[in-house]
Amino acid sequence: MHDLYSFFTGPFAWLTFIVFIGGSVWRFSSLWQLAQKKDGHVFEYMDTKFALRSIAHWLVPFGSRSMKLNPAMTVVTFLFHICLFITPIFVFGHVILWKENFNISWFTLPNAVADVMTFIVIASCIFFLWRRITLPEVKYLTTPSDFVILFIVAAPFITGFWVYHQFAGSAFMTIIHIISGEVMLMAIPFTKLFHMFLFPFTRGYIGSEFGGVRMAKDW
Amino acid sequence: MSESNSATESKNSGIKKIDDQGILKGVEGLTPEKIESVIQQVITNETGARLKVYVDTCVHCGLCSKGCHYYLSLNDPKFSPAGKVKQTLAEIMQKKGKVSPEFIKQAAVIAYTQCNLCKRCAMYCPFGLDVAYVMSVMRRICHKLGVVPLYIQDTAHSHSVTMNQMWVKDDEWVDTLMWQEEEAQEAFENLRIPLDIEGADLFYSVIGPEPKFRAQLIFQAAVIMNAVGENWTMPSMPGWDNSDMCMFTGDYEMMERLKRCHFESALNLRAKRIVMGECGHAFRSVYDVGNRALGWRMPPIEIIHAIDYFNELFEQNRIKIKKKFDTPVTLHDPCNVSRGRGLHDKARNLVNATCSNFIEMVPNREHNYCCSAGGGVINCGPPFKNARVESGKEKARQLLEAKEKGAKVVIAPCHNCHGGLEDIIHHYNVGMELKFFGDIIYEILDLP
Amino acid sequence: MINCDSWDWDKGKKEVGKFSDWREKFSYIEDISFSPDGEKIAAIVKNEDMEFTVSTQSEGAEPETWETGYDKVWNLRFGPDGRLSAFVSDTGEWKVSTDDNTWENGYDFIWNMRFNKSGVIAVSAQKELSYCAIINDVPWENEFSKLTDMVISPDGQSSTAVIESIPVLEGEIFKFRGGCYSVAVNGDAWDRNFMNVWKPSFSDDSSHVAASVRTSYNDYYIAVDGKTWDTPFSSVWEPCFDPNSQSVIAPVKRGGKWFLAKDGAIFWDRPYFQLWHQIYSPDGKRIAAIVAPEFGRWTLAIDNTPWQITFSDYLTDPIFSHDGRLACIFKDRGRWGVAVDGKAWDSIVDMAWIPVFSNDGDNIAVKVKKDGFYHIALNGKILDTKYEYIENPIFSPDGSTILIRGCQGGSYNRDVISIKGGFSYA
Repeated sequence: MHDLYSFFTGPFAWLTFIVFIGGSVWRFSSLWQLAQKKDGHVFEYMDTKFALRSIAHWLVPFGSRSMKLNPAMTVVTFLFHICLFITPIFVFGHVILWKENFNISWFTLPNAVADVMTFIVIASCIFFLWRRITLPEVKYLTTPSDFVILFIVAAPFITGFWVYHQFAGSAFMTIIHIISGEVMLMAIPFTKLFHMFLFPFTRGYIGSEFGGVRMAKDW
Repeated sequence: MSESNSATESKNSGIKKIDDQGILKGVEGLTPEKIESVIQQVITNETGARLKVYVDTCVHCGLCSKGCHYYLSLNDPKFSPAGKVKQTLAEIMQKKGKVSPEFIKQAAVIAYTQCNLCKRCAMYCPFGLDVAYVMSVMRRICHKLGVVPLYIQDTAHSHSVTMNQMWVKDDEWVDTLMWQEEEAQEAFENLRIPLDIEGADLFYSVIGPEPKFRAQLIFQAAVIMNAVGENWTMPSMPGWDNSDMCMFTGDYEMMERLKRCHFESALNLRAKRIVMGECGHAFRSVYDVGNRALGWRMPPIEIIHAIDYFNELFEQNRIKIKKKFDTPVTLHDPCNVSRGRGLHDKARNLVNATCSNFIEMVPNREHNYCCSAGGGVINCGPPFKNARVESGKEKARQLLEAKEKGAKVVIAPCHNCHGGLEDIIHHYNVGMELKFFGDIIYEILDLP
Repeated sequence: MINCDSWDWDKGKKEVGKFSDWREKFSYIEDISFSPDGEKIAAIVKNEDMEFTVSTQSEGAEPETWETGYDKVWNLRFGPDGRLSAFVSDTGEWKVSTDDNTWENGYDFIWNMRFNKSGVIAVSAQKELSYCAIINDVPWENEFSKLTDMVISPDGQSSTAVIESIPVLEGEIFKFRGGCYSVAVNGDAWDRNFMNVWKPSFSDDSSHVAASVRTSYNDYYIAVDGKTWDTPFSSVWEPCFDPNSQSVIAPVKRGGKWFLAKDGAIFWDRPYFQLWHQIYSPDGKRIAAIVAPEFGRWTLAIDNTPWQITFSDYLTDPIFSHDGRLACIFKDRGRWGVAVDGKAWDSIVDMAWIPVFSNDGDNIAVKVKKDGFYHIALNGKILDTKYEYIENPIFSPDGSTILIRGCQGGSYNRDVISIKGGFSYA
């Protein structure tokens, strides 16, 4: 068990970071180069002011009409994304690892707060799952890989929750937790999870077209 | 708002029986090899990261659904923007172009007749993914395969021969202008529709259907131009038509030819700017799409839509009216000049300057629903008319809501919108009258 | 070419006519224009019987009205030879009238008046829904169901146009794809049909015709005398002939970029975002074309080398002087200007017309508009004199004087000025 733990927090963790960062850089730069070659218009019409204007409207809860029409989805999406980012970075158990391994540390979340945030991520995933299964317009679009991605995202939080609450087999679950987190990071460059990096560009581009050429809002 | 749906999902595709010879006969000669090679050619030569990102980034959240009037009207997820991508480009990219003629047949119906390219969904997708662009790529593939609805294909052919949309021959064009000039001279002595005047302040261009079916609009424009003492001109040779169905069939080479003809027609006469009649898609083609295809970042000459021009006449006090139009009106914001050029505020200024009782329809401005006719859909003709009108159900509801608040007249400053709304008003017994701004201004104009 | 040797090149101003005279005499006057030599002005007017007709005026004379009145007159133009022509109609029959002499043959409609350099007139005509071209009152023997893009040959002996060789009805899209269009030269159609044909043009010796064609949506060619180049391109613009040989050059599109091709092979290998309006220098040794070397930037390229300077909006009217200087009109950030040999004039105006070179190529004069008035710009500077209206300037054969035909304060004046100075700049 200890060997496994060492492997997944040691060499495999390094591999994870390499795949995540390297993969993201590769995917991003290949798209960038392709765009330079084939989508000259995108660069020609990209406008910082209008791109930021659009991004800002879409990063504010209920900043767009679309969000107002889907209040539950809006609330869940914002909570989900916030918790998804904040929790792993500031949870006490993770900061300790940084401290132990690299002697760097930062602010940590009170355990109770981290616990609630973890729960929010899990609940959000259940909400997304519910949408995928029941809402016709989502169900129609859903592919098996969408479930897989949802599972990849939920897994580190479910297992983390499990470990924190010391449910049965939590030692083993710790390893699963580590693996699932690593899998999620490695999946980012190669799945739709990459949308986290593309959002500013897709939103920024349409915002530029709407703001700079069409002189209209896009929210 | 009926934007929450109790969706009823149909088993197969959202397409009923296809009754269009352009598509049916078009696919007859296709082989999987030909399809694959054309798709590869379009995908590799003509698209890049943008298409890839659009198809790959979509997280299948379904939020675009409420951006689409097809979905809102039909309650069928196959008509949601992402649903249409799923049935077309997403599958093509997944299968690397290895799709059947049957697939192309369905894809053509979806791309040409189930999307108005109105770009409303880009305002509902959190990522701003532009499904209209994806549908345009699908149309481009279909065009290259020769699988295009018959009526719009014929229109594109007309463009290629006559440089106008309606097979109007060179002589018929001038003849029509002279006829309208004569008619107008009966009421206003010495009124002119000045042809080929070099150095005019304003080059007035229209769409093919104006001389063909709605010549009174040219008459009205001439009366207004004369009333305000405009230094204007129209060309006697091709270049007068600003419309562009080739942009919508995917025949971009022809679109370039058309736009060049139009721009050069105005610029050879050294006009200061082009004022165009109340048309939406033509504006898109001249202001946004055609100029880019030819290498211009923005149009080489200032392009002014009629809304903008009329509004300017009122703002500068150049026009006198007898009294305001007093029947209660509502305003339909055409996608291509509202979402396409932000003219909705100017349109409201103009309504308030010309009408005494204005009732908003909801949603409005950038969020207004398309008339279901845009993007070349109405130009696909009778085989798709019923489906088109069905997809205008949400529009009908929106109009009825405005009617309940008292509106009797719908101002729609776009030809396609007129066509589409006319059918919707008739089919759903909406019982409202349709007008252009030109109609209203002509009616209230104080003539000497 | 206009032979202006015999014109009055003595310096000084003559009043050719006065608008007030016309106003007094006519209830209806269309736009007044000058004859090439500036000795005469003319406009479409209504006579005492309220019929449309044409009136002209020369120095010291009253406006002189054509004897014949019509239901309708349009397209009044002076030819390069100084004769005045218009389309006139009585009881629905259209004819050409030149200096008040009408052609014999009448048509249901005529349009597209074309002159060759010596003033021979060709027009497009329709009678009972059949179409043909006419040169000097002589119609083609064959008629067609459609006709567009008619042009006259340099020698004035021939005309050519795009014609519908197989009548195709609206909605017959598959028949259309099979090819129903061709080119007719003097009424004789090429023996090959195409899906589309555009803009036929003659060689300098008037013996050959080239046009842009497409045989399918994806295959564009240049066709010369009915035979296409071997290679298709994804698009083409109109071709032109080498004045010294029978070679044809045309802009062609491949892989999304534009190139110049000669006789079917890429000739300028540099890709451009746009390339059109290619012209040969008078000696036929050099080629210039309007190009966009990058997206949204416009300039001229000579022999495949673009000028360093580029413009944002538009570029038009490239023209070579006899000695090979190159000028054009540009529009940059909404304002117009003149560029010569890669350098833009400092004077920026609201509008500019085609540059006019003196015969020796040393001087350039341009009709421009600024602050609501027309001016002449000479060698980069705008002359102070304002006009409500002017025609393009013309240099005297020796290049020492310019003929300015313009309207000032309602007076239509013919003015010959020395280019050596004595005027002030705006």
